[in-house]
Amino acid sequence: MSTLAPATAHLSLQDVTAGYDGRAALRAVTMSVPHGAQVAIVGPNGAGKSTLFKTLVGLLPVWSGRILLHGRPPGSQTDPIAYVPQREEIHWDFPVTVHDVVMMGRYGRLGWLRRPGAADREVVARCLHELGIAELEKRAIGELSGGQQQRVFLARALAQEPHVLLLDEPFTGVDVGAREALLALIGRLREQGITVLVSTHDMETAARRFELVALLNGRLVAYGEPSAVFTPDHLTEAFGGQALFLGGMVVIDQCCPGHVGDGEEHRHSHEPHARPR
Amino acid sequence: MIAWLTEPFALEFMQRALVASLIVGVLCSVIGTFVVLRAMAFLGDALAHAILPGVAVAYLVGADLLLGALVAAVLVAVGIGAFSRRGGLREDTAIGILFAAALALGVLLMSTVRSYATDLTHILFGNVLGVSADDLWLTGILAVVVLTVLVLFFKEFQLASFDPVLAHVLNKRPETLRFAMLILLALTIVVGLQTVGVGLVAALLVTPAATAYLLTRRLASMMVVSAAVGVVSSVAGLYASYYLDVASGAAVVLVATAAFLVACVVAPRRGLLARRLRRRAA
Repeated sequence: MSTLAPATAHLSLQDVTAGYDGRAALRAVTMSVPHGAQVAIVGPNGAGKSTLFKTLVGLLPVWSGRILLHGRPPGSQTDPIAYVPQREEIHWDFPVTVHDVVMMGRYGRLGWLRRPGAADREVVARCLHELGIAELEKRAIGELSGGQQQRVFLARALAQEPHVLLLDEPFTGVDVGAREALLALIGRLREQGITVLVSTHDMETAARRFELVALLNGRLVAYGEPSAVFTPDHLTEAFGGQALFLGGMVVIDQCCPGHVGDGEEHRHSHEPHARPR
Repeated sequence: MIAWLTEPFALEFMQRALVASLIVGVLCSVIGTFVVLRAMAFLGDALAHAILPGVAVAYLVGADLLLGALVAAVLVAVGIGAFSRRGGLREDTAIGILFAAALALGVLLMSTVRSYATDLTHILFGNVLGVSADDLWLTGILAVVVLTVLVLFFKEFQLASFDPVLAHVLNKRPETLRFAMLILLALTIVVGLQTVGVGLVAALLVTPAATAYLLTRRLASMMVVSAAVGVVSSVAGLYASYYLDVASGAAVVLVATAAFLVACVVAPRRGLLARRLRRRAA
């Protein structure tokens, strides 16, 4: 937010291989993301989109190659990379308020024994306002609708004051209004010089609304402007038989496990017995 | 009325019982919030039973029973943590194995003892009326240690329980925190042994916290409400044992259970009445 990194700053991956359970989900990926760029990451299920994000924030180790942020390994700076995971990974019935959750974004900057101060509360208030959820701050997280919950986690990521923001499938399970609001937010982040990487199944949004697209299928199939990436050759290479070309149109058959269906507001129950873990 | 309330505490052993009850009520209920939120209820139960062999060994060698319980609890906590992390087992499987093994070992050891001493019975079933001044000191010191750690690292424990992924990203070591929580839980169970005993300490870890869960929407307030339920139950249990001449540990747990049932019905958001009203409104 306030932290404007130098113009030379960028995120680069050099020959990065990573994965989990002994299986490489990401193979020899080399790409360079200019500072403040907005990149859509697309590819079939299991293409390594989530692995890429988890590796970038250090949840998964890099097997070989290296990741550099501003020319240095991430982790040597104060939480420069913020990550909003898919919604399944959060305990929605935990007794925390919206304000509490957003404040957690500040914890990385606070030492083990330090309490949040006035400056932290100011950042939290600003992030709540930015996402239009200031009036919800005293509500419990489980009482909110799916779209509101997503905005809380976006606000928390912004409270980290990141240089790079990673959004894992943010368009999945939200309605059109929420998607447009999110795209508008991403637009505002560009003005603040925050680099944004978004993984998505939504090829249409990726093609029309992002300046850069990375097409992933284990390895990096193509990376660049949408018009250069979304070519029949690249799509066939990434999606194989799932890509269908009809005249000038491309149809990709890739519906998605755990995907409740776009446009469906998907509410989480906050009854005490329904604790997703 | 005042006389009725103060009369039991004219006796010194009753004063000690009151202090012990208050300490245990607060401690179990506060750490119980994490037991409930992290779905560690099974773990609490397992730890409580796994303490048996420690007590039995201490009894056989003539050492302090509480000390034996403490060593056993910490060993089991460490064992569960190590098995589920390095052994690649799910935590509940690791707990199940250690729980059964420790219980069997405890029974085996105790079967070598010809006559059960009253001391041993007290550890198993608790006897708040038999708390000595030394026991009270140990209880008090352990309680202060556990509560201080919880307060100092409140934000880390909250973060690691709610969102271990973010805790990891922010370098807050969720694995270490989980381990620390197991140790704190083991210490708490040992503290609770004397007053309510092995069988009921698990209930005191879960019931007040579950009651508070229904009534609150923040972790800190959940802890405060849980502690209040724990204290009221403990003191009420003590009166029940004095005036009705019933086992105090059991009375404590039943009072807490009653509080839970009331909260189940009348809780503002999560209660049965509130949900029925919402459904009617919708």
